[in-house]
Amino acid sequence: MKAAVIQFPGSNCDLDMLNALQLFGVEAQIVSHKATSLAGYDAIFLPGGFSFGDYLRCGAIARFSPIMTAVTTAAAAGKLIVGVCNGFQILTEAGLLPGQLMMNETPGFICAEVPITVINQQSQFTNQYQQATITLPVAHGEGRYYADEATIAQLEANHQVIFRYQTNVNGSAEQIAGIVNEKGNVLGMMPHPERAVEAIIGNIDGQDFFRSILN
Amino acid sequence: MMYLGKVYVSYKPSVFDPQGDVIKTSLHQLNFQGVESVTQGKYFEIKLVATNLTEATANLVKMAEELLINPNTETYQYAIDEIEVL
Repeated sequence: MKAAVIQFPGSNCDLDMLNALQLFGVEAQIVSHKATSLAGYDAIFLPGGFSFGDYLRCGAIARFSPIMTAVTTAAAAGKLIVGVCNGFQILTEAGLLPGQLMMNETPGFICAEVPITVINQQSQFTNQYQQATITLPVAHGEGRYYADEATIAQLEANHQVIFRYQTNVNGSAEQIAGIVNEKGNVLGMMPHPERAVEAIIGNIDGQDFFRSILN
Repeated sequence: MMYLGKVYVSYKPSVFDPQGDVIKTSLHQLNFQGVESVTQGKYFEIKLVATNLTEATANLVKMAEELLINPNTETYQYAIDEIEVL
């Protein structure tokens, strides 16, 4: 598998993502947000961080980066697109995923390891998880998933909710921590699987996420 | 012609605004007991060149809808006037 990790000005989880992908043998490369082609890549990762300083709204400026046209084309072509944290925010602003990430219910930055339920173990991103409860790091000030009731109902009915917080750390609608699009090839999640792939740092619950993508 | 557009962005009533809630609590602590609710919004002043008011207004509306707001959660109002170029 060949993967692109998009680097926006203000990305800060790009190298973690690159490292995690390379640990699993993926031929991964950093691609600038100014690039205009993603030809030849099987999977595209939008990493965490504070693209463009989170000015206006998280992800609102990054969605207009030149690379986003190629990301949209790749999504339409069925390539795997993964947005983690700020990447999730960019995907919603770009309209590639429904809803929006808003300021945490209790204002403030949350940095913690939290229990998460893998709701859908059939997805292209979770099919290697044997257990439903995992622990993943979260690090965000604006991670409260919001969508109107009709959209939430649609997400639930189509099994597009992939991850849920066991304790609602940020006030997300239906405790949603990660969703996919209707086709199932675009994933957005606030928790950081790329920070949980090495035993030496105390958590390997992100490993099955990468194994699922490679499966 | 030069125009000055003023765009006021606010959350839809159905959306919880945690900053507004915290500000409300602070106002209560300052003894403004009559405060019922606070919503924090955004305000933009945009100077733009256009051939006439109709074109300027159309541009301002497009800017608001394409970038300034996220229609999932926000709405906006605007005002626009011609201004003198000094």
